Amino acid sequence: MNSFTFEAATDEAAALKAVARSSSSFIAGGTTLVDLWKMGALQPEHVVDINALPYRGVTATPEKLQLGALERMAVAADHPDLARHYPLVAKSLLLAASAQLRNMASLGGNLLQRPRSDTYRRPELRKLPLYPTRNDAIFATGGRVAFPHPSDLAVALTALDASVRLRSPRGERTVELSRFYLAPNDTPERLTSLASDEIIVSIEAPGLPYGRRSTYVKIRDRSSYQFALVSVAAALDVDGGKIRDVRLAAGGVGAKPWRLPQVEAALREKPNTRSSYEAAAKLAGEGAETHAQNAYKVTLLERTIVRALSEIGGLS
Amino acid sequence: MSLPPPGFSESRREFLKQATGLVSLALVPPDLMSKPSSLSELSLDDAAPGTATKPVSGAVDVTLQINGQSHTLALEPRVTLLDALRERLDLPGTKKGCDHGACGACTVLIDGQRVVSCLTLAVMAQGKKITTIEGLAAGDQLHPMQQAFLECDGFQCGYCTAGQIMSAVGCVNENHARDDAEIREFMSGNLCRCGAYPNIRDAIQKAAPVMKGGAA
Repeated sequence: MNSFTFEAATDEAAALKAVARSSSSFIAGGTTLVDLWKMGALQPEHVVDINALPYRGVTATPEKLQLGALERMAVAADHPDLARHYPLVAKSLLLAASAQLRNMASLGGNLLQRPRSDTYRRPELRKLPLYPTRNDAIFATGGRVAFPHPSDLAVALTALDASVRLRSPRGERTVELSRFYLAPNDTPERLTSLASDEIIVSIEAPGLPYGRRSTYVKIRDRSSYQFALVSVAAALDVDGGKIRDVRLAAGGVGAKPWRLPQVEAALREKPNTRSSYEAAAKLAGEGAETHAQNAYKVTLLERTIVRALSEIGGLS
Repeated sequence: MSLPPPGFSESRREFLKQATGLVSLALVPPDLMSKPSSLSELSLDDAAPGTATKPVSGAVDVTLQINGQSHTLALEPRVTLLDALRERLDLPGTKKGCDHGACGACTVLIDGQRVVSCLTLAVMAQGKKITTIEGLAAGDQLHPMQQAFLECDGFQCGYCTAGQIMSAVGCVNENHARDDAEIREFMSGNLCRCGAYPNIRDAIQKAAPVMKGGAA
């Protein structure tokens, strides 16, 4: 465990100046950084506490979703407006980690979680050839053995077309999550397009008026406090027995949060029935790259989509 | 099994402390125990911009409010709250299990909220109210959660118990202990390898109304 120096930034300018130093790292909740520092996977020389920065607040209306990057998972999960207008987001938070970790972890940090693979977490294993496991991603792997992105929140936000607002000494930019996350075939060493001197200010999504009719279903090896084998974020707009619109994203399957546009397209304008769900879900595995140990995820994904849609579909 | 000699009950912890003291000293990296150095050692200005800098490893003064008492310690910024409690403040009630935030044995309350002290840097806990298992009872009067764990047999080996109790207090205060299912879900961050879960759940059910000021 390397030693590091520390400072608590009092404002954004101080934080951005401090992190400009090489091998600096921001710390908010610390649940990723301290863990991975102990493993030797991250070795910051200078740690900058950003908790005094004003990136807080939850705004959740049918017209807009905005989450402060430093808001704690537990605070957002318990926010009544989020639970009412975007249950898929609230549930993705409540089904993640433990109560203690949700009290600590920031939303911005949640999005920056690292793969849960031994080869990432244990640097001494990085020189060994990658070996296949049942946890491996089936999408966006770039033909490699890759672990799925571990964030549940990122999956729910992907279904909502969310973006992150970033600031650096060069100014501000907004990046859609679909472009924020990099697949291993893009850049094996980089997980996101966040620059080393950039900070996440907030998470924003255009409103989804039918977001009230949404859910997050997470399938895992134990019933709580575990990463997803497969998860599905779903929102459904039904009118007169017909599916008008739908959003679907999946976790546990992609090296980055995985949207399912072909399944969405197959559901639009179809009757709101279980057989419509089942027929469309059959398309979910399109483009999957599987091996013997993770091929089950295709079937599990199809069934999880059907379960999520059934939960919100209002079928009798 | 022979009975312990008279007076043994009070000496067990002292014996363990003495027996393990040398070992734990040997395990702590030497610079964790280093004497305080000046704050200026940590100043960013020491490093010329754009040049490779060597990490400065120095201890800084850290003031922690623990169980109503203020403690000032010279600590490196990398020292976790858990290690500060156990190794420096003689508060070994908070246990080290996995040391990676996965088991909950090190749970304490910071400003009333349960957190894992193994992933909390002590330097970041300054200015906040820290409560450990040692600070839960009011003198000789056990906290209702401690009492309920005794009455419901909410433990076997006891290693996870301090973390379970602190987490349970947080769980009730968050109002996430309203029924069995909710208790199971919101206590899932505390692992018990002995499998005392049903009794732990019973203890929380029993303590919750007492904590909320209802009938005992």
